[in-house]
Amino acid sequence: MIKLEKVSKEYARRGPALRDVSFHVRKGEFVFLTGHSGSGKSTTLRLIHLAERPTAGEVRVSGFSSDMVKEGEIWKLRRRVGMVFQDFRLLRGRTALENVGFALEVTDARREEVVPRAQRLLSQVGLAAKSAALVHELSGGEQQRVAIARALVTDPVVLLADEPTGNLDDRATRGIMELFWDINALGMAVIMATHDLDLVKSYPRARTLELDQGRLVYDSATVPAGSDGGEV
Amino acid sequence: MNYVLREALAGFKRAPVLTGLAAAMVGLALFVVGLFGLVTHNLQVALSQIESRVEVVAYLRDDASATDIEDAVAGLRDQPEVESVIFVSKDSALARARRDLSDFEEVFRGLESNPLPASLEIQLSEGNRGPETVELLASIAEVIPVVEDVQYGREWVDRLDTLRSLAGAASAGLGLAFALVAALIIGTALRIAIFARRDEIYVMRLVGARDAFIRRPFLLEGFLTGLAGGVVAIVLTAVAWRVVSRFLFRIEWLPAGWLLAGLLAGGILGGLASIQAVRRHLKEVT
Repeated sequence: MIKLEKVSKEYARRGPALRDVSFHVRKGEFVFLTGHSGSGKSTTLRLIHLAERPTAGEVRVSGFSSDMVKEGEIWKLRRRVGMVFQDFRLLRGRTALENVGFALEVTDARREEVVPRAQRLLSQVGLAAKSAALVHELSGGEQQRVAIARALVTDPVVLLADEPTGNLDDRATRGIMELFWDINALGMAVIMATHDLDLVKSYPRARTLELDQGRLVYDSATVPAGSDGGEV
Repeated sequence: MNYVLREALAGFKRAPVLTGLAAAMVGLALFVVGLFGLVTHNLQVALSQIESRVEVVAYLRDDASATDIEDAVAGLRDQPEVESVIFVSKDSALARARRDLSDFEEVFRGLESNPLPASLEIQLSEGNRGPETVELLASIAEVIPVVEDVQYGREWVDRLDTLRSLAGAASAGLGLAFALVAALIIGTALRIAIFARRDEIYVMRLVGARDAFIRRPFLLEGFLTGLAGGVVAIVLTAVAWRVVSRFLFRIEWLPAGWLLAGLLAGGILGGLASIQAVRRHLKEVT
């Protein structure tokens, strides 16, 4: 479903961010993308979201190829790939319902469906009671839930999360992680970038990919259970 | 309410200061164009008033019979450039001279016979008062047998034509310059207004809205902002017109067509500037 083949990304000023990275994520997988700051986690997610194109290699996402898809057609891919961020990126001054409803409206939802579907999505993320609250009045964990509800409006096949718990306390982090697992249980793949190794260790069922200086140095799917891992 | 209209109006509600500022900037830019329009229009009115006095006078022979004169009048009236032909008899010419030159009453009283000839005053229709047409009409009048002499103030007509050409070129050049400056200001104003809503553009791209869909509410918002700026410009121009008319000299107000064109120009420029600003943001926001 998501396939990176010998992907490299180089920036004019920053230099190489990813070097020859290859991996394959299947439908319904839960993947942690770990590594130090600057290791290439966010770049990998941006490449999967086609916010950027690789300098070399190919990114394939749900039938779309980074080599083939035109700028004017990226919106089709975006509807298959939901994304959330550490800083939530919600529309301030609007309610939780309006934030989710806005995403529905701009992705061609029928007018009469907007409010009930937005309500349903907010219920799914456990925020039904706070749908009328302005987002900047919500806690960090609640704001992240709104962002997740927004990412689900187009019923994507994969949810990308870039350090989604980076701004949250332990309790809110646990809540968001449970929510990700619930979403994953419905068959949606989740790829979560995080530098928090303790968090990663508390979910041993998930697959872990580790990046270091732009290279993929560890893939738990290729290492036998119980070993300490090693280079891939 | 339709999504596009609702989101366009929401721009005014969510960022009233920036949107108001943008409309005010558009208004001021168009106000300069409005003032220029006021000057141009009044110059045109003054020129056309002077032009309406352009006429060809054909002086008739003293022995011209009434039938000959009627034929001459009919022949001239048949010319498409002619608006009217007025016959001035010898007696009328003398009466007019006495009225206009009252200081020379003694001279007129001493006259044994009327020395002034009868004449045909040929008025030209609007748009046919240029030197070529005037000369053509004069040459037609000259060959009429009962006509002794033709006068039309060649120098005056030539100067008027030069003045008209100069005014036209200056209006076009300055008008274009003012319009370009206004377009640049409108573009900048709308870019600021769109910048205030860049988060929405980002979210729309993030969740997979089509580019055309993203542009639509901003196009309408830009059009409405430009329209509001147009209204501001008309109000300011009207104030300037009132002040000049009351305290300096009387001038004409702008024709309704010009006002409508100004409003539409504001709206269209606003819409285009908005689209340009959104396009720029769409390139930056991935």
